Amino acid sequence: MMNDRKTMKVDAIRNGTVIDHIPAGRGLRVLEILESEEDQQKDLITIGLNLISGAYGRKDIIKIENRELTVNEVNQIALIAPEATLNIIRDFEVTEKKTVELPEKIEGLMHCPNPNCVTSDETIHTRLLRVSRTPVRLRCAYCERVFNVEEMKLVGISGKYEE
Amino acid sequence: MNHLISMRDLTKAEIQQFISTAAKIEKGELQPDLTGRVMGALFFEPSTRTHLSFETAMKRLGGEVISMSGTKGTSVEKGETLADTVKVINQYSDIIVIRHALEGAARYVSEQVTVPVVNAGDGANQHPTQSLLDLYSIYKTQNRLTGLTIALIGDLKYGRTVHSLVHALAHTQPKFYFISPPSLQMPRYIKDELREMKVDFEEGEHVEDVINQLDILYVTRIQRERFADPVDYERVKNAYVISRALLQNVKPNLKVLHPLPRVNEISTDVDQTKYAYYFQQAKNGVFMRQAILSILLGEI
Repeated sequence: MMNDRKTMKVDAIRNGTVIDHIPAGRGLRVLEILESEEDQQKDLITIGLNLISGAYGRKDIIKIENRELTVNEVNQIALIAPEATLNIIRDFEVTEKKTVELPEKIEGLMHCPNPNCVTSDETIHTRLLRVSRTPVRLRCAYCERVFNVEEMKLVGISGKYEE
Repeated sequence: MNHLISMRDLTKAEIQQFISTAAKIEKGELQPDLTGRVMGALFFEPSTRTHLSFETAMKRLGGEVISMSGTKGTSVEKGETLADTVKVINQYSDIIVIRHALEGAARYVSEQVTVPVVNAGDGANQHPTQSLLDLYSIYKTQNRLTGLTIALIGDLKYGRTVHSLVHALAHTQPKFYFISPPSLQMPRYIKDELREMKVDFEEGEHVEDVINQLDILYVTRIQRERFADPVDYERVKNAYVISRALLQNVKPNLKVLHPLPRVNEISTDVDQTKYAYYFQQAKNGVFMRQAILSILLGEI
């Protein structure tokens, strides 16, 4: 019964990916990652915010029609929502469940927030090393400072920086 | 080992190799020959001591030095990128020593060139050659590195020397006291790392509370420019002066270290005591840099 009601809140998809268990409030940031690949912007995406979740209290959920995510996208999602799960849907059925895995080394995805870091020069590729998974804390390989992921800015996949 | 960028990169065995090589060079048991080798010293930020210490080390080993001090009148002022500057110096020299205001500059440079790179200070981040010479000095004066009680006093927030040194000593079961004004405390990210490494440390504001327990007192300068209000500076600066009177009941093996230059944080009447070690420490820097250059150039 519970399941039925939840399904009704966000439409089921025939084929694609459901990103579940996004911490409540981070869904829109995950959406930004998904939209940053220009040729993907025509995908149908539905988003549910603040859904009730047994394990997490509240959660966000995103469904993307007709698309499986790239490694780069999965890595970025891991930065923002390390507990997220990916459900691959084929013909309305969940055919595969994956958890996102924050890699040990994250290159070029996030911008080091230290203004005195050598990577503050935009032409230098950033490299961050995982210090902890929950909360996500990363060390800049250059200036060696450790930051919480909330302090960092995403680097657009096209190489442009977000405002 | 190809480069010396951060104490974080070094294993215990590598640190020991640097210390034992410096000791052998000092005793004359090792005489590496760097004749015909050229050291490119790129001091984007001017420095007296580190720069001259490196030059002395290279010349004592028979090598040659090309130098840049500050960026005035150089290609950097014309807008050349850091990567381009170092790729050119790469063509002239067998090893590059770099000091730069930006944190991570030395690591970035090491990824751009084909010769070994030595970090001679990158912003508030690391100063590994200073840390190694400090370790060598501590080892020489205490005959050991493990289990020492060490106080670091002064500007612990911005001082890259103390950040590097704390990392270097973290594996030696130290007891640290971090003594500073509240506004210049050891940064949180370093304290978090020390906690994770189970390093025993305490913070305080008064050196007199702990001075009689210490094996090493490591003094750093409190810089006027770190204070927005000059009155705040005047208020704290005298609270952090080491005087002869303060040393009356200290342990006999206590040594006072300072990376220099000092301004007034160690009064000159301490210089004549057996506890003063900062000038020998500067001399140890030449032996350590001889060891570093020889090891990185594959002569050891």
